[in-house]
Amino acid sequence: MTEGLLLPLLVLWPLLVGLGVYALPERASAALQVLGTVAMAGLVVGVLASPEPLRAALGGWAAPLGIGLHADRLAESMLVLTLLVYAAVLLYAQAYFAHGSELARRFWPLAWMLWAGLNAGYLSADLFNLYVALELVGLAAVGLTALTGQSTALAAALRYLLAALLASNLFLLAVVLLYTSTGSLALDSVGAHLAATGSSTWAAKLALALALVALALKTALAPLHFWLPAAHGNAVTPVSALLSALVLKVSLLILLRLWLELAPVLDLALLGLLLALLGLVASVWGSVLALTQRKIKMLIAYSSVAQVGYLFLPLAWLLPGGLGAALALEATVLHLLAHGLAKAAMFLAAGVLVLSAGRDDLASLRGAVAREPLAFAALTLAGVSLIGLPPSLGFAAKWQMMQAALLADQWPWLLWLLGGTLLSAAYVFRVLRLAFLPAAEAFEARAPLPQRLSLCALALALLAAFGGFGAAAFSDWLAADALLGPWGGA
Amino acid sequence: MNDWLLPLTLASSLVAGLIIFFLPERSVGWRSALNLGAAVLKLACVAAMVWGTQQGISYELRLPFLPGHELLLRADPLGLLFVTLSAVLWLLTTIYAIGYLEHSPNRSRFFGFFSLCVTATVGIALSGNLLTFFLFYELLTLATYPLVVHRGTPQVLQAGARYLAYTLGGGVVLLAAIVWLQTLVGPVEFRAGGALLALDATAGMAPWMLVGIFALFIAGLGVKAALAPMHGWLPHAMVAPAPVSALLHAVAVVKAGAFGIVRVVYEVFGIEFAHSLGVLLPLAIVASITIIFGSLRALAQDDLKRRLAYSTVSQVSYIVLGVALFGPAGTIGGLVHLVHQGLMKITLFFCAGNYAETLGVHRISQMAGIGQRMPWTTAAFTVGALGMIGVPPVAGFISKWYLGLGAIEAGLGWVLAVLLFSSLLNAAYFLPILRLAWFEAPPPSWPHEAHADHATHEARQAYPPHAHPTVADDAAPPPRTGDAALLLLLPTLCAAALALLAGLAAGVPLSPLDWVRFIATTEYLP
Repeated sequence: MTEGLLLPLLVLWPLLVGLGVYALPERASAALQVLGTVAMAGLVVGVLASPEPLRAALGGWAAPLGIGLHADRLAESMLVLTLLVYAAVLLYAQAYFAHGSELARRFWPLAWMLWAGLNAGYLSADLFNLYVALELVGLAAVGLTALTGQSTALAAALRYLLAALLASNLFLLAVVLLYTSTGSLALDSVGAHLAATGSSTWAAKLALALALVALALKTALAPLHFWLPAAHGNAVTPVSALLSALVLKVSLLILLRLWLELAPVLDLALLGLLLALLGLVASVWGSVLALTQRKIKMLIAYSSVAQVGYLFLPLAWLLPGGLGAALALEATVLHLLAHGLAKAAMFLAAGVLVLSAGRDDLASLRGAVAREPLAFAALTLAGVSLIGLPPSLGFAAKWQMMQAALLADQWPWLLWLLGGTLLSAAYVFRVLRLAFLPAAEAFEARAPLPQRLSLCALALALLAAFGGFGAAAFSDWLAADALLGPWGGA
Repeated sequence: MNDWLLPLTLASSLVAGLIIFFLPERSVGWRSALNLGAAVLKLACVAAMVWGTQQGISYELRLPFLPGHELLLRADPLGLLFVTLSAVLWLLTTIYAIGYLEHSPNRSRFFGFFSLCVTATVGIALSGNLLTFFLFYELLTLATYPLVVHRGTPQVLQAGARYLAYTLGGGVVLLAAIVWLQTLVGPVEFRAGGALLALDATAGMAPWMLVGIFALFIAGLGVKAALAPMHGWLPHAMVAPAPVSALLHAVAVVKAGAFGIVRVVYEVFGIEFAHSLGVLLPLAIVASITIIFGSLRALAQDDLKRRLAYSTVSQVSYIVLGVALFGPAGTIGGLVHLVHQGLMKITLFFCAGNYAETLGVHRISQMAGIGQRMPWTTAAFTVGALGMIGVPPVAGFISKWYLGLGAIEAGLGWVLAVLLFSSLLNAAYFLPILRLAWFEAPPPSWPHEAHADHATHEARQAYPPHAHPTVADDAAPPPRTGDAALLLLLPTLCAAALALLAGLAAGVPLSPLDWVRFIATTEYLP
């Protein structure tokens, strides 16, 4: 019985904490957040420990009408990633915001609301709930972007809001179309219903197209990335970390779920190729723009545009019965995790340097690099994972992706993966070389920042840089998932 | 105890390096103690493993890594050869670096990465499979970049960018080769006689694929091994401080590339299989071109370190040439040169550092009469230079002797001509230096005497003393009158003595030649 409560609590508890944080005075709210995070850790551990994959139907309504939640291992991976990133970001944010700052008072409730939305997005088992989750995530994320109220942030937030609303509406339209043509909203039976009512596949195809556009817009796949750099680059640092590490990933996870459900029914080979090609364009374009940025956070934001591209690559052969499909799925999940950890670490570390230097253009960060060596170490380790050098999690993802491409006889993609390594190295080293420039101006004597800031970044960076050692175990664990069915085992 | 030797060999420098990063600049004593302690400990571990291997103990360590692929460390004869060289030369270079960088800024950063660099080299030597090798190969790139750009001037950073572009590019090509091969045949563990032979999976594969994979391997590894036309980073990397150049040329980067080629030819493909694929002859041709090209370019350099750099381009290809000669004599010549070139080249770079540090002499045209002022250093330089030419009894002679034998054994007469011509060129670019140094009259004053220590000088330019408390104002030593400082001279003389000893005592058990002969028998009689 208690187990049945775990999944709903993963969504409701952060909402409750968010409300509490809003209502309570500062000290009590800090205590509540520590308690809240520990409780979330307990819930996630509970879900992981359960021998059977958990399912829950809220309000007693069964499918196809109820609010269903289920936790397969894709969702569980994301729950763990979210927990880790949130733990680091919340600790970081407590030291980042000054005491009694108005910014912090706006940040906490929105961050917790976002956590609820993310978890709902990972766990929802039916299409309408996915829409609601996406809407919740989008609104919280836009609010977070606009946090400072400065004009650049507001402009970025407005653009982000328009993109998010457009995406949600398209997704809603897709959901309606699928419902009218299949009579079901349950994610795991849409495919089966479509196969049964084979006549109306044009509606299904249109729905799929709409959903894909909506989700690609949310994931910022080029050329739909126009809203991302300004939003991520101008947000407050803890927000940048959450947006790039998690918000981009939930829409991709939903896209992946739809893909896995519909690929056996519809012929998606051409669509997969198209998406992979767009991913290629994204990774090249994002990298090139990252190479030209003057501000460190904008550079990191453009790196997200590039890295998201790789997530779409496996769709080129992630088809039923295809060789390398299981490996491709695994590689995508590995890359999701690697990018989440590394990018959050990078933003947090960059935030320390910017705070220390008082400015955010690359050239004036030289002195800060010497003052905050731990933050720079975090930046380096995260960079190693982003480039994809061993033994990082990013390397494990790249390795699996390359093997999958070769197994599927898709070796031309290898050139992209290998060339992309060099492109990422080029922009990562634009940051790393700062450590070796002599500081032109005399070192300003600034008070050192709290170590906690750097340590939070470093913890995530270490996970990313040495996560490759866990890749074998992770792969076995993922492959053993019953819910992933034919997609699981390698 | 035996289970701990392998990880301890790696951990000794890794842990020392990580601690050194966090030491304050001023604690010279602690840093030096850690450096030397770790170097001695590593040498002891390696000695114990060599002894143990003689007693028939095998050292192996497996760790789970990627799905279906584990990390494998193993002390096989070939790996022990390289790891012994690294451990011995690391100890010497550490002493030298402590003496050389005594007064420059950012020493904690320098010695931290210095230790990481040695860790990577040792890891490369002890890797038991391709994935492990790749892991340490890339770590080496990352750990050497900070050493190359240590001085941080715009020129240095440009050289660093070039270094990264070449080595990361090479790494990517190597990765392509590894992934391609392993997708076809599964995880590849190094194995005397060739892994592909044992896997027996090559039967159904098209030869063009194997040839393609081989070419990718050589292209990827050839960047670090400075095979022409992929050598472009090496002369530019000369902007690094002298101990780094010594390390880069003798044991770390260049050798890692050459060692990788040895592993791929003998223990992945297997020399007999590579021979039957017909890939050895092209490799021998590329190596021969590099040998001649490097020597010709060396002739044209007046900057001493640049001449030595091009000499490295040429000399490392002797190793590759020996590997590409089918027959035990060629194998012996190539492998023994892996050790001999390291000993001789580190001697030469130490000497170049001594000249620059003591007298400010950077160019060959400034070296007239330097033997009278710095007789010990110049004596060491002479040993190294004669060895490179191949004059007995210095170690280089042994290498060239076996390479010549190998050429005859493989029936490639033109290789003999290449060797002779190259020796002639070696003489043409080393002997004039010796003549200048010993027999010309010294100038009235040396370039450096105006400012005693160029490292301190540069440091002052980069960091105004008032802003950088770690560069003490009174740290500059008084102008010296004799040879180089003891901390610089001692490792130089040791290295020269080893280069001489390796040639004189080549027939003694456990000499490099003896060890290499043993390896050669395992590669041809699997």
